[in-house]
Amino acid sequence: MTTPFDEYRLIEDEIQKCMKCGNCQAVCPVFSVEKTEAGVARGKIALADAILKGRIDLDDPDLYDRVFNCLVCKSCMQNCPPQVNFDKIILAVRSAIVKKKGLHPLKRTIFNLLFHKKALFETGIKTGAKLQSLLTKTTQSGEGRNLRFPIGILDRKRVIPSLAPTPFRDRVEEKIICSNPQTTVAFFTGCSINYIYTGIGDDIVEVLKKNRVNVAIPKDQYCCGIPVFAHGDIDTARQMARANLDALEKTAADFVVFGCGSCAGAFSHEYIELLKGDNVYEPLSMKWKQKAVEISQLLLNKIDFVKPKGQIDEVVTYHDSCHLRKTVKVWKEPRELIKAIPGITFKEMSKPDACCGSGGTYNLTHYDTSSSILKNKINDIKKTTAHIVTTACPGCIMQLVDGIEQFGDGQIARHYITLLAQSYKKEA
Amino acid sequence: MDSNVIERLNGILSKDRVLTKKADLVTYSYDATADVMTVMPDVVVLPKTVEEIVKIVKLADETNTPIYPRGSGTNLSGGAIPVKKGIVLCTQLMNKIIEIDPDNLTATVEPGVIVNDLNNAIAPHGLIYPPDPGTVATATIGGTVATCAGGLRGLKYGVTKHYVMGMQVVLPDASVVRFGGKTVKNVTAYDFAALFVGSEGTLGIVTEITVKLIPAPKYRRSMLALFKDLKDAGNTVQGIIKQRVIPATLEIMDAMTIETVENYAKVGLPQGYSALLLIEVDGMSKESVESEAMAVKDVVTQNNGELKIAETDAERDKIWSARRAALPALAQLSPTTVLEDATVPRSRLTEMLLEVDKIAKKYNLKIGTFGHAGDGNLHPTILADERNKEEMERVHKAVDEIFAAALKLGGTLSGEHGIGIAKLKYLKDEIGDSGIALMRNIKTAIDPKGIMNPGKLVP
Ligand SMILES: Cc1cc2nc3c(=O)[nH]c(=O)nc-3n(C[C@H](O)[C@H](O)[C@H](O)COP(=O)(O)OP(=O)(O)OC[C@H]3O[C@@H](n4cnc5c(N)ncnc54)[C@H](O)[C@@H]3O)c2cc1C
Ligand code: SF4
Ligand code: SF4
Repeated sequence: MTTPFDEYRLIEDEIQKCMKCGNCQAVCPVFSVEKTEAGVARGKIALADAILKGRIDLDDPDLYDRVFNCLVCKSCMQNCPPQVNFDKIILAVRSAIVKKKGLHPLKRTIFNLLFHKKALFETGIKTGAKLQSLLTKTTQSGEGRNLRFPIGILDRKRVIPSLAPTPFRDRVEEKIICSNPQTTVAFFTGCSINYIYTGIGDDIVEVLKKNRVNVAIPKDQYCCGIPVFAHGDIDTARQMARANLDALEKTAADFVVFGCGSCAGAFSHEYIELLKGDNVYEPLSMKWKQKAVEISQLLLNKIDFVKPKGQIDEVVTYHDSCHLRKTVKVWKEPRELIKAIPGITFKEMSKPDACCGSGGTYNLTHYDTSSSILKNKINDIKKTTAHIVTTACPGCIMQLVDGIEQFGDGQIARHYITLLAQSYKKEA
Repeated sequence: MDSNVIERLNGILSKDRVLTKKADLVTYSYDATADVMTVMPDVVVLPKTVEEIVKIVKLADETNTPIYPRGSGTNLSGGAIPVKKGIVLCTQLMNKIIEIDPDNLTATVEPGVIVNDLNNAIAPHGLIYPPDPGTVATATIGGTVATCAGGLRGLKYGVTKHYVMGMQVVLPDASVVRFGGKTVKNVTAYDFAALFVGSEGTLGIVTEITVKLIPAPKYRRSMLALFKDLKDAGNTVQGIIKQRVIPATLEIMDAMTIETVENYAKVGLPQGYSALLLIEVDGMSKESVESEAMAVKDVVTQNNGELKIAETDAERDKIWSARRAALPALAQLSPTTVLEDATVPRSRLTEMLLEVDKIAKKYNLKIGTFGHAGDGNLHPTILADERNKEEMERVHKAVDEIFAAALKLGGTLSGEHGIGIAKLKYLKDEIGDSGIALMRNIKTAIDPKGIMNPGKLVP
């Protein structure tokens, strides 16, 4: 296959598009904290160009550091005059490095488990769920867990989420049928909802049922592949994409819905890039891109939405998941849903679309920078006086919970769909 | 470079603020300028205090090491490129607003403060800092002072030099001078502010700036005027001034820019016109603003233009988003965007536009022109691909002719982007041998060793 992720030189035209204006400095979360040019898109594109021109070696260890010091949040792509597809450049560089140097052994093991040995991975997760109380304790707020003692790169202050005793997909029906259904959807859960925030999965199913939507939750779905792709493991990412498309094909659903911005982004954007030139899967990726909808888009744009009636008297704000807003371009619908709930006072923060600093695993590998980005986010949330910060991405929730524990004053972070589900419940 | 310079820098600054890895040096080898050389420095330093800067400059002076002040690296003249290697000194960590003094209408800032950040901080006092280059969200005040940046509001409110009241500068011999201050009047000594504003980092490092603030205008009216004939647009610009109306903004776009913007931003710009003027009048009273708007309307109509007045905020936003889209839209069309800055007296605007058109045709190039019509400051934007050698040769010839045309019309090489390395070879054409000699005398008097941003501005 000939994508820039397979053959690095194909990225040249994209690199050339950068006019070096520096506009990305104004929005890049990493730059906002570190203030060094290698932190921002312009600097990384210069490095990508230097690789192409043979001015820097792919196995230069500092190059590796700089290239992985990026959240792939795509904020820089929002006011880039020539609309450089920076995501493509950074992922091409990462793939090229991984091709040359091989994947970090730890990453190789994890990604391998995620795909080839899913069963083994799940056993590991389940064991982890049982063992977590040995290593961690529930935080005072009860929103997550603290390490009992520091382990490797994990800071003791850091709040890490609890693993669910049973993964979501193991305990729900594969098909949920309603009477007089409006449509049939496949629910792509993603890893966080499956292994950690299973409650969000339940809420999504409840909301879909209330709206008379048939739901298929295929058991043979995998990780969406975005974290793997972001680390430059193009082969595994591609295998995951193909397997997920196969799983969806079997459902014959009208739509595929997501409760995670990154998973939604995978189907609406990354799969197309990954599978370009693949005779079988490129058409499938196009087909499912058309059917891919974030849950709020389904409710508001595709079916007759059942208005919630249960009162929730809370001040609520909404944090835009980067991938949902900047890749999938969805930000109006979640807000509309929140505002549709009786009793809610909605307060916008000053920069709702500023990245929270999660970046998948960025918050593990670059904890200090991530934490400073997060602090700014939490301060912005505080100013709204909202008690509940909602978002559309479990990854953001994980990060926000950590941030609130450290910098907040008792706010809670929820998926907005959870509020909608609660409102429905109240009216019953 | 002297081999122990880096070691000694590590003694001055914390190690994380002395960058020596190739992966970092690559990222300070350029600024926003297209089609100029890129050079990696030997080292980049990110000082946090004046004391650190003094020590760094002392070291550079002792070891004869070239040193290049750098803000955000958004300038368009190659001014921040370390052409002779050495030390890049980046001010982006010096970003504190030291004081806002609403009574004296001043603010004092460190050089790395971003222009917009200052404006956000003074907004609650009902004040503005008017110089607003297209890079307000990224450029540092130090950088805008060193380039005397202009912007959209130049016609009515002036440019950076009109707002700098005082400075602290670290000179190339590491001595520190302070001049000017919060007083409106000050004739003590030479007018050093005038010397250092626009000095492009060749005379010293600006480490603190006191700027003038003004009350934010309370009312404004935005208008869009469309013309079938370029000459009518030019006459309108002059006609408005003849009515003694000084708009805050008086911008022009040529046919190519109008078309490109519409394709890109879909803001509903009507097509088939040769020029568009974007006009905003502002002021403290509704009556004066309305009467100015009416005067503009009359002038536009007399000159066969079609006028649209924004009635709502949404309509105003639309007009402005058209202006903001000009550069992005043009930049989309090709990999290399050469943004020029030729400036002529306002009365010669139409002639200059026609010249640029002619040059574009002669060299078979795509040139979209937009800019600050009220200031005679045009940005002919040449769209090319720097990998295409033959095309770039035509670009260079066209640039030569654009400058020649500007000078012929009584204008200048650069209205606001500066000379840097990009326009150095044309300097003599404008200021002559005696001008160059004066430049050199000043430079040698202050920087005898030639270590401060060498290779820029002074041939
Ligand atoms: C898209 C775009 C639009 C633009 N629009 C405009 C516009 O409308 N009007 C306009 O005037 N310009 C414009 N510019 C040019 C640019 O933004 C300005 O020149 C700006 O002032 C540069 O600020 P900076 O912080 O990036 O400085 P840099 O680019 O880092 O430096 C500029 C020069 O100043 C020197 N310097 C920087 N800091 C200091 C210091 N503390 N002491 C001494 N010397 C210093 C450097 O050595 C260099 O020579 C535009 C540029 C772009 C890319
Ligand atoms: S905003 Fe876009 S074009 Fe400008 S420097 Fe950043 S990536 Fe390059
Ligand atoms: S993707 Fe995000 S972190 Fe990476 S360069 Fe762009 S804005 Fe910065």
